[in-house]
Order: sequence, then structure tokens, then C-alpha cells
Amino acid sequence: MTLVKHLGAALVAGLVLLLLSYKLGSYRDYQLAEVAAYVVAVGGLTVLIGVSGQLSIGQGAFMAIGGYAAALLMIHLAWPLELVLLASTVISAAAGAVVGVAAARLRGPYLAGATLLLAVALPSVANRYQGVFGGDQGLNVTVNVPGFLGPSFQLTQWLAWVCCAAALITLVLLANLVRSGIGRAWRAVRDDEVAAALAGLNVARLQVLAFVISAACAGLGGALLAIVTANVSPGGYTLSLSIGLLTAAVLGGLGSLAGAVWGSLLLVLVPSFLSDFASSHGLSGGASSSVPIAAYGLVLIVVMLAFPAGIQGGLRRLLGLAAPVAPGPVPGLPRLSSLRRNAPARDTKEKGTTS
Amino acid sequence: MQEFLEFTLGGISTGMIYAAIALSLVLIWRGTRVLNYAQGGMAMFTTYIALIVINRTGSYWLGFVVALAAGLLLGALLERSVVRPTLRRPPLNAVIVTIGLLIFLEGLAGIIYGGQYRSFPPAYSITGLKAGSVALGISRDGLFTAGAVLAAAALLAVLFRYTPAGLRMRATAFSPDVARLLGVRIGRVLTLGWALAGLLGALAGLLVTPTTFLYPNSMDAIFVLGFTAAVIGGLDSPVGAVVGGLLLGVALSYVGGYLGSDLVEVAGLAALVAVLMLRPSGLFSATSARRV
Repeated sequence: MTLVKHLGAALVAGLVLLLLSYKLGSYRDYQLAEVAAYVVAVGGLTVLIGVSGQLSIGQGAFMAIGGYAAALLMIHLAWPLELVLLASTVISAAAGAVVGVAAARLRGPYLAGATLLLAVALPSVANRYQGVFGGDQGLNVTVNVPGFLGPSFQLTQWLAWVCCAAALITLVLLANLVRSGIGRAWRAVRDDEVAAALAGLNVARLQVLAFVISAACAGLGGALLAIVTANVSPGGYTLSLSIGLLTAAVLGGLGSLAGAVWGSLLLVLVPSFLSDFASSHGLSGGASSSVPIAAYGLVLIVVMLAFPAGIQGGLRRLLGLAAPVAPGPVPGLPRLSSLRRNAPARDTKEKGTTS
Repeated sequence: MQEFLEFTLGGISTGMIYAAIALSLVLIWRGTRVLNYAQGGMAMFTTYIALIVINRTGSYWLGFVVALAAGLLLGALLERSVVRPTLRRPPLNAVIVTIGLLIFLEGLAGIIYGGQYRSFPPAYSITGLKAGSVALGISRDGLFTAGAVLAAAALLAVLFRYTPAGLRMRATAFSPDVARLLGVRIGRVLTLGWALAGLLGALAGLLVTPTTFLYPNSMDAIFVLGFTAAVIGGLDSPVGAVVGGLLLGVALSYVGGYLGSDLVEVAGLAALVAVLMLRPSGLFSATSARRV
């Protein structure tokens, strides 16, 4: 039943987007494609954080893996587009499995730190093996409009189609997953690991699975972004990309796929608006490009302190909808463990606390 | 052999910087059970303040002192304003808030000071010292770096062991509820912990920036390696933080020297993953129980 509902919603959204892509100009089509690419990555991230309860700051690194995989496959093997997208998703998922196995052993701050290190370290690999990854310049990716659409068809519109289709498919799959038994198991693990383990759930396997799925989404999003921007380079996958994705997920409302769409929309539209606004108000080029960064930070802090359920949580309350799925670990009553969180384990040795 | 000596001594002086960052993370972790991702951003910001004071007055040491004071204030201010409200919520919120702080400070620095790379003066000469004709791979400034961090760590040890404030901090880290029942004003202790961590971070920023240039992201890589050092030592153990910083500094110096400097961060990641797989609570942490 939910599958039918989700498919119906995706179909309607697809039709609207199709019409929209004809109405919009070339630049707006480009932005639409960009938003769709981010929706894929943020959707995976919001499921990872909000539903399975694992915080990753390394989503940008998996986007980089997907993007470079797509670029290399297109340049060296000249595979067709759909196969390239699929393969980069799989490659990124495999990388996610490797990291996920390590991640499943890590809790909150450790996991965030390890993924942060991943986001910082990965771009330097591209510089190290310049022959393969093209160094700072990166690799160029070229996509052509397929022949049946005619010679005058805009490339940006075709890209918007590809990205929106991928985003809708991803959202339907994720939405079903979140509503399935696996989603329920994730929420159980998120809310109380020990209770979930006692109830017979395999906590580690569930956490690795969430990580793999989130990495796969990031890989697909990265591949899409690579074909949209026609380039992959280390400068495109810095820490601020990872933080931007996190901001989008938090702003939209952790655990909410609709929130991922709002977040991605703002992630694409607001930064350029903000830096234009800043430079038109007399800030120099370098300074105005920092305005969006500061805004991400402010958004993360304010949303977490004042509106932990994000935009989608606010909309639900506004429309008086009962949340069908508990929207993430954030709102509601503090959990038992968080009430006790200041207490260290009782067997801490006093000698460890001196000097 | 000569190279080995150079890399070892060079590694010790950078390792002391990781140790300072690690120590500041441990201070905050023990008090509030929050990992402060903004530590690097705070250090970057106070270093900008130092640079401005140095350029205005021409005195390095005035800038040095002002930056340390600014770190102290910034730590206390941030704890009171944005960190305290997250402590009643799930741990994830605090993590996201400190990440937000990091990015906010980096953006703010970019807006105020611009994104370009600026050079930052060292305290002492950075030309390598020689013993006879043998280059030692460490400069006067490197010696000062190692000495300053060791002195700060020793002062902290004295503070913890011999002062009433230190006793209160130890009691709070051991058991906040009991400490509160015994009349410790937990809130003040937490603020003090953050203030001291801010000061240590500011020190690390002042010491490392002459070798990295100053720009809004200049502390990112240093911070993640400091975090790695803290994890190696165990987030609960100040001694572990210093030892972890030294181990990591020397190991990465060999990697950078023998294999190539691009690999330093990747090697840091490998070290972090290895430690987390083999001994997740760190080398010096007594506890291995997971809180339920």
C-alpha cells in the first residue's frame, strides 16, 4: 500500500518536474539538476543520521568517490550513462561498506570524527595520484543529449531529466525502506541499542547497512553532480560540501525525506543568493564567498537549539499532521541515556583523572 | 641516520601541537561528554586576533597573550551560550552544534579577514639548529613549541592536583551527580573546563600557524590529527592525550619524510581507524564500558 502511495507521489512529482523543465530557462534547469543531485545525497544522509542514528560528516567524501568513479568510467571505458551511474553507485556503496564496518564500532563523537577525517583526507589522494585523478584541475566529464531528442534539445534540460528521475527513484526506494521492517529496526537501534540487541536485532549489521545505503546515495549524487557540473576536482569535494549536506539534512528535519528536498533546494539557492547579496552590499569577493559558510554554521546552531525538527517538522505542525514516522532522534523527550549522559562509567579509575 | 634524527625531532615538535589540541578536547570531553569540533575553528580565530594585535603594536608577545586571553573568553562564552542548552538533549545535537560553531567561525573569519593566506610570525627563529655539523631537524621555535605545550600540560596537572578548582573538576568528571550533591557548582566547573580548553587551543594555534599560514580553514587538518591523537590516548586521559600526540607526530613525520607529505592525512586516517578497531577506548583509558 505504501509502495503504491509512494509511486503515485513520485509519478505526480515527475510530471510536474517534466513540465517545469520546459518552462524553466537553461540556467534554472541547471539548478534543478543540481538540486536533484543533492537530494539524492542528502536523502541518504538524513536516513543515516535521523533514522539509524549514526552521524556522518563524510558524505561529501562518498560523493567524491561516486563523482571520480563516473568520470573515470566515462573517460576510459566510455560506458553508457545509465551504466555509469549504476556502477558509481555500486563502487561508492562498496567504499561505504569498508568504512561502515569500522563505523559500526564507533559511537557518536568517534564516528563523526572518523568521517570528518575521511572528508579532509580524501581530496589529498586526488593530488597524490595526479596521473589518474588529474590533480587540482580534476577530470572533465562530457555528456551528450541522446539522438532521439533532436539536435536542438538543450543539454541542461536533459541533465535535469536524468537527475530528477534518479532523485525520484532514490526517494521512493528510501521511503519504502524507512517504512519497512529494516526502517523499524533502525529506529529501534537509534533509540536504544541495548534494548534493540536484547530484542534480537543485529545492531552492527543494521548500522553497516545504513552506512552502505547512505554511501550509495552519496555516490549516485556525486556522479550526477559530476555530469551536471561537467567536472570533478578536489576543490569540489571539500569539507564544506560535507557540512553543507549535513546542514541541508538538519535544516530540512533529520530523518525526513521531504525535509531532504527542502534542504537541498535551500543548499543550491541560498548560498549564491547570499554571496550576491553580500557583494552587492560592499563586501569583497573573498569575503562574500564566506557568507554562505557562516550561514551554514548559524543554521546548524539555531536549528539544533530552537527547531530541532527542522522545516518538515514545522510544516507538519503547521498543517496539524501527526508525524507518521517519528522524525528523527532529535525532538521529544530526552532519552534515559541522555539524562545520564554526564555520568562516566562507574569503573573509571581515579588514577586516570589526575595530571 | 641523519634523516631519521631530523624526522624524529621534527615529529616531536609537531606532535606537541597535536598534543595541545588533544588535551583541550580531553578537558571538554571529561567535563561535558561533548567532543568539541569547534576547537580548531576557535584556535584559528584567536590566531587572527593575535595577528591583528601583532600588526598594530609590533609586539609578538602582546599578541600572544591577547590570543590566549581571547581563547579563554571564547571558550567560556561558547559554553555558556550555545553548548549548555544542548546538554539536556540527545548527544547528536551537541555534536551538530559544535560542527555548526566550527563552520560559523570559519565563515566569520572569512568575512572579517578575507580568505587569503597570511603568514604568521614565529616566536623564535625557525632555522634548524645544528650540533656541530649535524642538522638536528628542529629549530629554536620548535623547541619553544615543545616547551610551551609541556609547560601548559604541567600547569594543568598542578591545577588538577593541588587546587580546589582542580579538585572540583576531577570530582565533576568522575561523577557529576555526586559532585553536585556535595555542593560543587557544576555549571561553573564546566565553563572553566571550556575556558581552559579554549586557552590550550589558542596556544596550539599560535604555535602551529607559522608553519601552515593563516586562513579560515588553516586548523582543519591540525584539528583532525589532534582528534586522532586524543582517540589514540583515550578521550578520558590527559596523559594519554600528550603521549598520543607525540606518537602520532613522530609517526606522521616518518610518513611525510619517507613516503611523501600528501600521505600525512591519509596515514592519520589509517592510524585512527586502526586504533578504533583494535582498542576503541584508547591506549590510556581505563574504562571500556559503553554507557547504556
